[in-house]
Amino acid sequence: MIDGLLVGAVYGLAAMGLSLIWGVMDVINLTHGAMIALGMFGMYLFFTATAANPYVLLLPILAIGLLLGILVYWMAVHWVLGRSQLMSLLSTFSVNMMVIGIGTALWSTSPYNVNFTLKGITVGAYTFTGNHIAAACSALIIALLLELFLYRTRMGRAIRAVADNREAAELMGISSTAVLAIAFGIGIALALGSGALVSTLFPFTILSGAIYQLKSFVVTVLAGLGKPLGALAAGVLLGLLEGAVTPFIAVSWIPLIEFGLFVVVLILFPRGIFGRATA
Amino acid sequence: MKRVKIAVLLICVFLVSSVVAQQKLVIGFTVSKTGALNVDSLEQYRGFELWRDQTNAAGGIKAGGKSYQIELVNYDDESNSKRVQQLYTRMILQDKADFLFSPYSSSLTATAAVVTEQYGKIMLTSGAAEGKTYTLGNHFLYQMFAPGAEYFKGALDMLKAKDPKATVAFVYEDASFSVSVVNPAKDYAKQIGFNVGFSEAYPPNTTDFSAIIDKVISSKATVLLGGGHYADGSTLARQLEGHKVPLKMITLLVAPDSPQWVELGDAGLGVIVPSQWEPQVAFKAQYGPSGADFAKAYTAKYNTPPSYESAGGYACGLILQRAIEQAGGTDTAKVSAALNATDIVTFYGRTRFATEANQHGLQVGHAMILAQWQKDKTGKLVKQVVWPLAAKSADLKYPIH
Amino acid sequence: MIFKRPSFWLTFLLAAVFVYLPLRANDAALREDLILVAVAIILVSNLNLMIGYTGYVNFGHIVFYGLGGYVGLYLVSVRGWHLPSAAVAAGIFVSICALLFGLGVLRLRGAYFALATVGILVAVHAFVSNFDPWGRSTGMYLPFEAYEPLGGAMHALWVTYYLVIAVMTLSMILSLVIKRSKFGLGLFAIREDEDAAVVLGINATVYKAIIYSVSAFLPAVAGALMFYKNGMIDPSIAFEYMLSIEGIVMLMLGGQGTVIGAAMGAGLYERLRSYLLTSPRLSNFHLVIAGGLLLVVVLFASSGLIGWLYKFVPRSREVIE
Repeated sequence: MIDGLLVGAVYGLAAMGLSLIWGVMDVINLTHGAMIALGMFGMYLFFTATAANPYVLLLPILAIGLLLGILVYWMAVHWVLGRSQLMSLLSTFSVNMMVIGIGTALWSTSPYNVNFTLKGITVGAYTFTGNHIAAACSALIIALLLELFLYRTRMGRAIRAVADNREAAELMGISSTAVLAIAFGIGIALALGSGALVSTLFPFTILSGAIYQLKSFVVTVLAGLGKPLGALAAGVLLGLLEGAVTPFIAVSWIPLIEFGLFVVVLILFPRGIFGRATA
Repeated sequence: MKRVKIAVLLICVFLVSSVVAQQKLVIGFTVSKTGALNVDSLEQYRGFELWRDQTNAAGGIKAGGKSYQIELVNYDDESNSKRVQQLYTRMILQDKADFLFSPYSSSLTATAAVVTEQYGKIMLTSGAAEGKTYTLGNHFLYQMFAPGAEYFKGALDMLKAKDPKATVAFVYEDASFSVSVVNPAKDYAKQIGFNVGFSEAYPPNTTDFSAIIDKVISSKATVLLGGGHYADGSTLARQLEGHKVPLKMITLLVAPDSPQWVELGDAGLGVIVPSQWEPQVAFKAQYGPSGADFAKAYTAKYNTPPSYESAGGYACGLILQRAIEQAGGTDTAKVSAALNATDIVTFYGRTRFATEANQHGLQVGHAMILAQWQKDKTGKLVKQVVWPLAAKSADLKYPIH
Repeated sequence: MIFKRPSFWLTFLLAAVFVYLPLRANDAALREDLILVAVAIILVSNLNLMIGYTGYVNFGHIVFYGLGGYVGLYLVSVRGWHLPSAAVAAGIFVSICALLFGLGVLRLRGAYFALATVGILVAVHAFVSNFDPWGRSTGMYLPFEAYEPLGGAMHALWVTYYLVIAVMTLSMILSLVIKRSKFGLGLFAIREDEDAAVVLGINATVYKAIIYSVSAFLPAVAGALMFYKNGMIDPSIAFEYMLSIEGIVMLMLGGQGTVIGAAMGAGLYERLRSYLLTSPRLSNFHLVIAGGLLLVVVLFASSGLIGWLYKFVPRSREVIE
């Protein structure tokens, strides 16, 4: 159960990026999975090169994520913003394919590992691995920092203003393009960060991001758009749900339950259970 | 006149030598150079390679007055069954392969078998223990590995002698190979009186075993059998260690046989693997090199000792070579008859194929060995043969912690 | 009426070429290449009914193909049915499933619908992976004797090829017939502005349900035929997410909403993909090139090749549709 809670925090972090972008610019970012996978490889490359503490290496990875996000924004998102939502789906998906293609060419689909182990905590017969605990704490810290950013800084407020009403924000002198680019960058940075944390927990390949992308969709739809802490909470909820259900049924039914849930929630609450942050 | 005679003589020599010249024998197979199966598949490929190099160096395969240079045609199947289908079709239709070897793993081999049977080509399979493929009514399949049903029998017999009251758990990959091992093993365990506390299959490519490990802990099992291939097996072993699960014996499929297992350090210590072949077991070879010679040549070429996948690969080549020699040529029907009649001991052990229509090609001569990772006097991790008792190189360490 | 449309005859010409070329040279390798193109055309033509005609983007289209494959293989290997009846039964079963799924997801609009179709694909994949009668993750294998009713494996491969060509022809004819019908006009109205269409008296719910179900039928039949040919099926090859998306790429490339465009996009892309995958240096770049192509089409040429053709040769609009 506790394992579920810990992993759930990482699901939540992954979902925060998706939720932010969706909430701010109504773009469903289908590069999300590939970016999570890039985070995994980023951590692997930095770790094998420097053997530094992975949780410290998170910082450069987040920074790279921000820059990468801004780049992707200019490549694929900016030009399709006015058009139908489907165009942004397709354009972000095309970037996804390109990233996965390059990743496969560089690293093939053989599994990789980040060989770093923190001592765990043992309670009775069960041991909670140190890596899981550290990952969950990191996710929580990042989420709190994001919340602070959005509500206490000028840029954060600008982002929320653009999310609320883009035209009004521009009338007030906010350069919406710059704001959107940065918001997108933050969303991607969060994806890379969550991937980096996952890499310390399990083996991965360039294709591993896909399952986290799908979980991110479930979480985002549960939490509603544009609310980072809501996404974190919903992520933890999903993790707990997985943990609660697995003692009773075989592990292989989990994806079915999650995606069944996803489709049902979408049908019953076409705008997310808690509604959208903007009109 | 004399010059003309010399010219005629030279022409005759030239003609004769071109008739006796080398023929080519094309053998096709795919290798999982990338993807989850890459570690195990590479070892099998090296077995094929070593056989080809040694045989070609000795003049090729000699049959029916001709000698054949072996040419291996291979592609990367990316551990993916769709690629296997496309590539085997390509090797048969475009590369004109005379014979095929299987890919690595039961599931990929079953896929390849569909294609080779459709086109009526002989395929020798290695790295594929699942028995179901041979019940589908084939004519040209030949299995080198002992079938899955044999894998855990020895481990369970060994356990029965040590600790008949143990609670057994099965945690295994939901794929043809592991399923073909675990289902008969479960029945056998119950038959000899064990309590099967827990049994669950995880989807292929699983990386997070925490949920299933928690269930193992709650079932109070003391012995775990299962796994699948290298990627999941090694991850499972690591996570069992990380969760400090109190197991007295762990037997995993395939993964612990790879030389790469030493990377796991303490997580790999004490783990047992059912093996098709180990260097310490010396069979008296009626054909081909001895076990010691094979291991030496392999280690010299690849800087790493051979695993049983490599031995299986090499043995594939040996058995095919012998069948071609016996058939006096490469005609499919004749070679097939020769393979059906095969009953021989090589460095690999005894090889004999079932010939009844409902299980044609199933391996019925080969027996399994059990190896365990133990620390030697210097503290290094080494693989020791612990079963059958007649062939053991060290005693079983039980419990492992 | 339909016989007056040039595209109708173009379709038959295409089918004739597909039949003739490999047969003349008895070239099994060419047949293997062409069958992949034919399957691409089937999938894309039927996808066009949802995306091009109705304006609903189905990201999980491949689920019909995979499910059709499972039903077909199950009927042939376990129940002993003959291939043609198994294939048709697969088509009917999957269409009914589509109707049921559709009742749920068709009330979603735009991107939410697209995401829900992905959810369906993943859910069906997970379900089949756990479903015992269909072999769970291992899948099902066809006993080799199943090819006997069609005259042995070699002959069966040719027969299957012809059946697939027939399905391809039917797919294109179906697209053409719908396009020229009143039902088709209703679909276009829904695509342009669904709310206005409803106000004008079109029962959008029924129309959408019908077309979603119809778009599932022929891909399911094709799936049954192809997996019979492949001799085996398992969840990972039946429900490949990437194939679904490549279907969209092919459709956008050729020109959504047009019959010939769908076929062209499918044909061109499939040849490109085959070339890339068998070229040792480029095989890893297949996805990069596909992604780049999609991005270029989305940003600059969302009407595809046919749209480009219409712009430069306006007369072609009447001939090529």
